[in-house]
Amino acid sequence: MTRAARLLAALRRNLLAAIPTALGIVILNFFLLQLAPGDAADVMAAESGAATEETMRQLRAQLGLDLPLLSQLMAYLGHLAQGSLGFSPRYNMPVAELILQRLPGTLMLMGFALGLAFLLGLFFGTVMALNAGRIADRALSVLTLIFYSVPGFWIGLMLIVAFSIKLGWLPSGGSETIASGKTGLDYALDRLRHMILPGTTLALFFIAVYARLTRAAVMEVAQQDFVRTARAKGLSAFAVGRRHVLRNALLPVTTLAGMHIGGILGGAVVAETVFSWPGLGRLAFEAVMRRDYNVLLGVLLLSSLLVIVVNILVDLLHAWLDPRIDLR
Amino acid sequence: MVGTEPLLRIDGLTVAFPGETAVRDLSLAVEAGQTVAIVGESGSGKSMTALALMRLLPRSARITGGSARFAGRDLMALDEGAMRRVRGREIAMIFQEPMTSLNPVHTIGAQVAEVLRLHEGLGRAAARKRAIELLDLVRIADPARRVDDYPHQLSGGMRQRVMIAIAVACGPKLLIADEPTTALDVTIQAQVLDLLDRLRRDLSMGLLLITHDLGIVGQWADRVVVMYAGRKVEEGPPGALLEAPLHPYTAGLLGASPRKAEGLGYREARLAEIPGSISSARGEAGCAFAPRCRHAIASCRAAPPPPLVAHADGRMVACPVLAGSGAPS
Ligand SMILES: Nc1ncnc2c1ncn2[C@@H]1O[C@H](COP(=O)(O)OP(=O)(O)OP(=O)(O)O)[C@@H](O)[C@H]1O
Ligand SMILES: [Mg+2]
Repeated sequence: MTRAARLLAALRRNLLAAIPTALGIVILNFFLLQLAPGDAADVMAAESGAATEETMRQLRAQLGLDLPLLSQLMAYLGHLAQGSLGFSPRYNMPVAELILQRLPGTLMLMGFALGLAFLLGLFFGTVMALNAGRIADRALSVLTLIFYSVPGFWIGLMLIVAFSIKLGWLPSGGSETIASGKTGLDYALDRLRHMILPGTTLALFFIAVYARLTRAAVMEVAQQDFVRTARAKGLSAFAVGRRHVLRNALLPVTTLAGMHIGGILGGAVVAETVFSWPGLGRLAFEAVMRRDYNVLLGVLLLSSLLVIVVNILVDLLHAWLDPRIDLR
Repeated sequence: MVGTEPLLRIDGLTVAFPGETAVRDLSLAVEAGQTVAIVGESGSGKSMTALALMRLLPRSARITGGSARFAGRDLMALDEGAMRRVRGREIAMIFQEPMTSLNPVHTIGAQVAEVLRLHEGLGRAAARKRAIELLDLVRIADPARRVDDYPHQLSGGMRQRVMIAIAVACGPKLLIADEPTTALDVTIQAQVLDLLDRLRRDLSMGLLLITHDLGIVGQWADRVVVMYAGRKVEEGPPGALLEAPLHPYTAGLLGASPRKAEGLGYREARLAEIPGSISSARGEAGCAFAPRCRHAIASCRAAPPPPLVAHADGRMVACPVLAGSGAPS
């Protein structure tokens, strides 16, 4: 089968599975949120300081919170069918618009973190595998273990202390210098500078994950017969490593990396909150605190779609990388 | 052999792992255009000899002695850069396992082309064209279409042909084939050996054919080297050696190979196994085969092990017991 045909088949299979998955996620999330104590009316009342039973009842009726659960769910699904994510009374704008405002920030942060994690993880893992048991392997093992086990918020705070407060090299929050009037390359560099600390905070855990995956995969592939064939051809160690070892080691690494994508969204909530990064993670956090369930459901739905899309991409990448992939 | 240098002359080659010697003081020569077979049980050091020649031994192995003169140089003394220019270009090697010896993620055409682009400096298009010719040369049907196939789309026999195409791509002077047919069906075995033999003649290569099957030696080899526990125990032309083996181990191997006896099929022919296993050679001070040998006498087990002694017709054997009295019963 040609490469294009393999890709198309993988795409079709994935899209068909995505629709019921997304629907299931919405319904499950809806009920999960009902388990949290209190609702939006409680939060608003607490914030205003004084509220009578009467005003609370009015507020709930206005927000539709007095309806039976199933009617609320049906109403939400009804909106969804028409392509609407509902309205947020707190932000006073449609949820879809709110999310679209925040989405690019999160995508950029995730893309930066994932790219960094993949490159460094692959590099560290390969170095570890090629020096297995020697000092470089040991040192990187310890380093990745630290990356793996230290919580993200702590790393984020320490990075702020070191690079923003002590050294003053990088900004400690936000996604750009406000009202700087910068344009073009200056503006892009400014954005990048803001991205480095939150992006690194988010990436460290995944650097560790990818490094360990790569180490195992490279060691496994390096002892395969076809690697000996490649060396018997007279290829240099570098060419053997790149064309034969790494190319095959990418297969298990990409599969497992795809499975970790969901986790990076969880990490984004922490990184965005610590670095006051205007993204979906912080929006979700705020929505929880305010019991703004329309916003939260919207964010969760979008997150699940994001995970589904990334998994499709990984699947496509896999179909592209591995000619043996079974397509049915 | 006096005067003219053979294509390859191995002299006193010794390969050691920590705590174990895989090849011990091995000497042999391959003339251009000649097939030399190395025969021996599993574990006798055949593959380590081949890998030592390619300088592709496992990391833990060391070449602790000996030389291998090939086309005017000592392979054991070349640096890695010079050795890389020998591999795949002057000496090529094919392996036992065709199912796993090709990279699953590249097309067979790309894998043939890779070695051409590396050593002959061919461009993408020229290498592909040459790859198709080579696939045709190793008798793969419809090579222009097959060139884009991946290894998993081919049978074991076809994959071994692809391996052979890669090996002969740059017209090597020496081809090392490490049990090239062990993993294949009997009918395919003969085809692949035929192909190797034809290519050896057409390209006038030396062929070092490693096998544990004495049955195929008679038909294909010009010379046979029998190895046991890392040592050469007997060497000679196949006719005489198969007719009247001088070493009890060779005799045992002959009994153990399922030759078609008079009136019997392969299945019914009795396998006269050699009792015991090669592991009994460990720590043996004298002849390594003595613990398993029916003809062993007390002096066999005393150090040092019996030396190789030349006999008539260019034969050599490392056994004083039988060599004097002719073939064992
Ligand atoms: N990686 C290794 N580490 C330690 N010892 C090894 C290693 N590889 C091989 N050996 C030793 O070297 C000896 C020779 O092995 P070799 O692979 O050359 O045998 P062979 O004659 O090719 O056998 P086979 O027919 O099974 O291929 C074996 O007895 C084995 O104990
Ligand atoms: Mg072997």
